[in-house]
Amino acid sequence: MTERALPPLILDAPSPGSSFLDLISSLGHVTRLPSSEEGTRHQVPEGTTVLALSCHGGVVMAGDRRATEGNLVAHNSIQKVFRADEFSAVAIAGAAGLALEMVRLFQVELEHYEKIEGVRLSLDGKANFLARLVRGQLPMAFQGLVVVPLFAGFDDIQQRGRLFSFDIIGGRYEEQEFASTGSGSRLARSYLRTAYQPDLPPEEGVALAVQALVSASVEDTATGGPDLRRGILPNVVVVDAHGVEELADEAIRPAAEAAIEAIK
Amino acid sequence: MTVPFYVAPEQLVRDKAEFARKGIARGRSIVAIEYASGILLLAENPSRALHKISEVYDRIAFAGVGKYNEFETLRKAGIRRADLMGYLYSRDDVTAMGLATAFSETLGSIFSHELKPFEVEVLVAEIGEGGDENHLFRVTYDGTLNDEDGVAAIGGKADALAEAVRASWRADLTLTDAISAGSAAFEQAEGRPSEGWEAAVLDRANGRRTFRRLSEDELGR
Repeated sequence: MTERALPPLILDAPSPGSSFLDLISSLGHVTRLPSSEEGTRHQVPEGTTVLALSCHGGVVMAGDRRATEGNLVAHNSIQKVFRADEFSAVAIAGAAGLALEMVRLFQVELEHYEKIEGVRLSLDGKANFLARLVRGQLPMAFQGLVVVPLFAGFDDIQQRGRLFSFDIIGGRYEEQEFASTGSGSRLARSYLRTAYQPDLPPEEGVALAVQALVSASVEDTATGGPDLRRGILPNVVVVDAHGVEELADEAIRPAAEAAIEAIK
Repeated sequence: MTVPFYVAPEQLVRDKAEFARKGIARGRSIVAIEYASGILLLAENPSRALHKISEVYDRIAFAGVGKYNEFETLRKAGIRRADLMGYLYSRDDVTAMGLATAFSETLGSIFSHELKPFEVEVLVAEIGEGGDENHLFRVTYDGTLNDEDGVAAIGGKADALAEAVRASWRADLTLTDAISAGSAAFEQAEGRPSEGWEAAVLDRANGRRTFRRLSEDELGR
């Protein structure tokens, strides 16, 4: 892969001129791994369970902190839920290295668009772009390096919180109540299916999200439960009309303690 | 076969410079004023849709005067360069100095190689992190790069405007003081009331992205 030196200024970017992904692609800065038909599966850290649920006035998104490599714990305090921009958040599961890079590119793309065009992308526009990023990973997905995100945000056109799940080929699905992805996602979803109620106050939404993660961690070894002694707590964000709030550990600890007590 | 007329290089440069200066002088000016916790960018701009001031990066803003399509091209190119550097390396590696140099190289090369020079002047402002100092760079149509301290102005009335602001400028101005100093200086330099303001700040209180546009209420009208 040849890297070109940066010219002083790029006066004419690929049309329409507002996409950072198109810009770096045109400059040859996007790394494409060679595809191999045998599917040489290298063991790489994988992020596990993340989930999102809609609540009164917005959306709650949460993720555990574990990354696994086969049957080993690769990292026990990685972050898998991120602020995407002022009014949206993204969570990732799958090959951690690729997923974290996808989040970084997504964040830069949203800010780049906003600065170039002078307005933010619509929430649908953001979700469609993320689907395009996932689809771009397809050759790697066939080699076992799968990345599947969740996306949630406050839609200022429809004036409500919305959430989206994706599949590995870039399918984009809007969910009305809750969604989850990663190794413990089925367990988390089963929990939510019985415990979820529409229009919960955000604080109860946070508590429910943490319970679902704890519930998944009980049966799925790849999902890390809260480790109160080491101070490792799930990442939780709340998105509403005021923007994205990343909850501090002190705010999550009571919910984590209660969930550990409650989940048998 | 026709032989092109010989034009002395001095004459060519003089003509191009005069052409660019005339274009810039027709536009309205912009001033940047450092105040206690940030930098104010104030422009006379009757349009609410077409901006002359823009965010470039976390701590960097851009302002341009002259031909709209030309400074808009430079603004977008500046954002591209900043986002590219920040993505390829780190957010800390994006500096106003690097950006101003890139504007200078580009404008200099357009001035010498193109038939028509850009009729623009641009300003790059950067707010220092922690105790670091702020930076104000002014780049003219031919690529000349100036480093200013405290106050910088671009546009037809730049000199008169900067002089008028400097008369009352102190490093510990509040934002409100900076706005009144700026707007008074405009009226003094132009000799008429303003036809509308566009204003934005880079302020340390704003978090990672320090750029924020000011509303009409904040401008006191």
